[in-house]
Amino acid sequence: MTTEPATVAAPSFHDILRIAGCRHHFPLLRQLVNGKPLVYFDNAATSQKPQVVIDAMVKYYETENSNIHRGVHYLSERATQAYERVRAKVKAFVNAEDQREIIFVRGTTEAINLVAHSFGKIHVHPGDEILVSAMEHHSNIVPWQILCEERDATLKVIPMNDRGELLMDEYERLLSDRTRIVAVTHVSNALGTINPVKDIVAKAHARGIPVLVDGAQAVPHMHVDVRDLDCDFYAFSAHKMFGPTGVGILYGKRRWLEAMPPYQGGGDMIKSVTFEKTIYNDLPYKFEAGTPNIGGGIGLGAAIDYLHELDLGGVQQLEHDLLAYATEKILTIPGVRIIGTAAQKAAVLSFTMEGIHPHDIGTILDVEGVAIRTGHHCAQPVMQFFGVPATARASFAFYNTKEEVDAFIKALHKVIEVLG
Amino acid sequence: MSLLRELYQEVILDHNKAPRNFRRMENATRRVDGYNPLCGDHYTVYVKLENDRIVDVSFEGAGCAISKASASVMSTLVKGRTINEAEELFHNFHRLVMGEKEGEDDIEKLGKLAAFAGVSEFPARVKCASLAWHTLHAAVKSDTATVSTE
Ligand SMILES: Cc1ncc(COP(=O)(O)O)c(C=O)c1O
Repeated sequence: MTTEPATVAAPSFHDILRIAGCRHHFPLLRQLVNGKPLVYFDNAATSQKPQVVIDAMVKYYETENSNIHRGVHYLSERATQAYERVRAKVKAFVNAEDQREIIFVRGTTEAINLVAHSFGKIHVHPGDEILVSAMEHHSNIVPWQILCEERDATLKVIPMNDRGELLMDEYERLLSDRTRIVAVTHVSNALGTINPVKDIVAKAHARGIPVLVDGAQAVPHMHVDVRDLDCDFYAFSAHKMFGPTGVGILYGKRRWLEAMPPYQGGGDMIKSVTFEKTIYNDLPYKFEAGTPNIGGGIGLGAAIDYLHELDLGGVQQLEHDLLAYATEKILTIPGVRIIGTAAQKAAVLSFTMEGIHPHDIGTILDVEGVAIRTGHHCAQPVMQFFGVPATARASFAFYNTKEEVDAFIKALHKVIEVLG
Repeated sequence: MSLLRELYQEVILDHNKAPRNFRRMENATRRVDGYNPLCGDHYTVYVKLENDRIVDVSFEGAGCAISKASASVMSTLVKGRTINEAEELFHNFHRLVMGEKEGEDDIEKLGKLAAFAGVSEFPARVKCASLAWHTLHAAVKSDTATVSTE
């Protein structure tokens, strides 16, 4: 069994049409910005939410809201069941083996901090090494830097080539007897590169080293199967996969999670507390201190149901076509340089225009109703590598259209007209 | 287009393309780095002071059209002025880009700075427009070596 895109049955033309038709499920997309129809190309920052997700959260607050795992009353029971059902959905969504391996957190950032803290506490010692890649988001760099500083360990970096692909030979050379964990992104938010994580995991495992995968940019675009990848930890955020902000997931293999100490202390993560000794709760609750974002969790459940009906295979095909179309069109504009040209790419188009700062591109596009991201994309080392202070980035979701790409390209011509 | 033309006025486009006083200064009295981490704009402002007069000012670095034009226009306006006069210009400029209404007299006083009035319609760009001014302020008023807009 494999999740490589090539072996997934190609979606039919009918499927693609059906998915493209789902755009009307997103109420926010039906608005004018500066008098122009909104073109939302900032999906890598956060995706928009379908009506079913919004409705599920409203219904929860209107009919079920209550604290969970605490009350014997009717509402508390219902809320607890609804929340735990979401855990089961997440387990199925990423194909985890056991529901106890699914930890609710605030988002990818918190998931990685949790592992850096709790895993680091018992496994990382002076002189040890932690391996990240050159294309990581700050949230998969800084927690490890903090850990390295605390533990007197060293952060090592897997280099990439100028297309934005990791150098796998260098990676293998960097794996050492001192490497305690490898932390890499599945899909780069700044470049769009899809990393060969299955291979990365296999090579680390050959030396007994666990791997954390930052899946923030992967889950909205492709089937993720944590058992097939065989990764030890997998982190993602609901808000990038059509769910609400403020909730995310850490998947971790049970044998790691069982041995790791808690991340935060408080309610829910304990079995019993006396002033002399506290007995921690079992998985997954050991890592879930305090009242969680229950409403957000309910929204995540609805987003998973939505993606299930949509079919991620079709989504991937549609986005691939959009990216190819946009790439072809943008290269007809003089002075455009695409940053990130990996052979395996998700729906991210990072670019610069000769002599024009990305910030100016962003402002002019905004006046034309086109929302893109400009800046360093929380990946300053990537900017340094490519020798640019910032890039402009268009990132697509399945609800985007070729007509929107045309509007985007037209707006880029306006940029040249104004500033060229 | 008119909204864009209001932001990217001819003065701004001109100073962006051909920034004035865009050079390093070897014998500067003060040199301060200004950085906007949000968009990566980065300038170094040099001033040469004689008593409380700015006898020379220059800058180098990279950034968006708004920040570069602002630094350039600033350099032409403060050269030869006293520190207090420069500070007053900064104050007026700040009110302008924050959209705090100016009377007719004030607009008159702003001169070339009035080209930045359009910035107030773009809150995300206020930091770009004021980066060089904040840096100059640090250069003439305090002893920090780096200012950041964050
Ligand atoms: C690759 C990657 N990792 C991590 C994050 C952080 O996610 P969050 O801000 O939801 O914690 C992001 C989102 O910006 C991302 O794109």
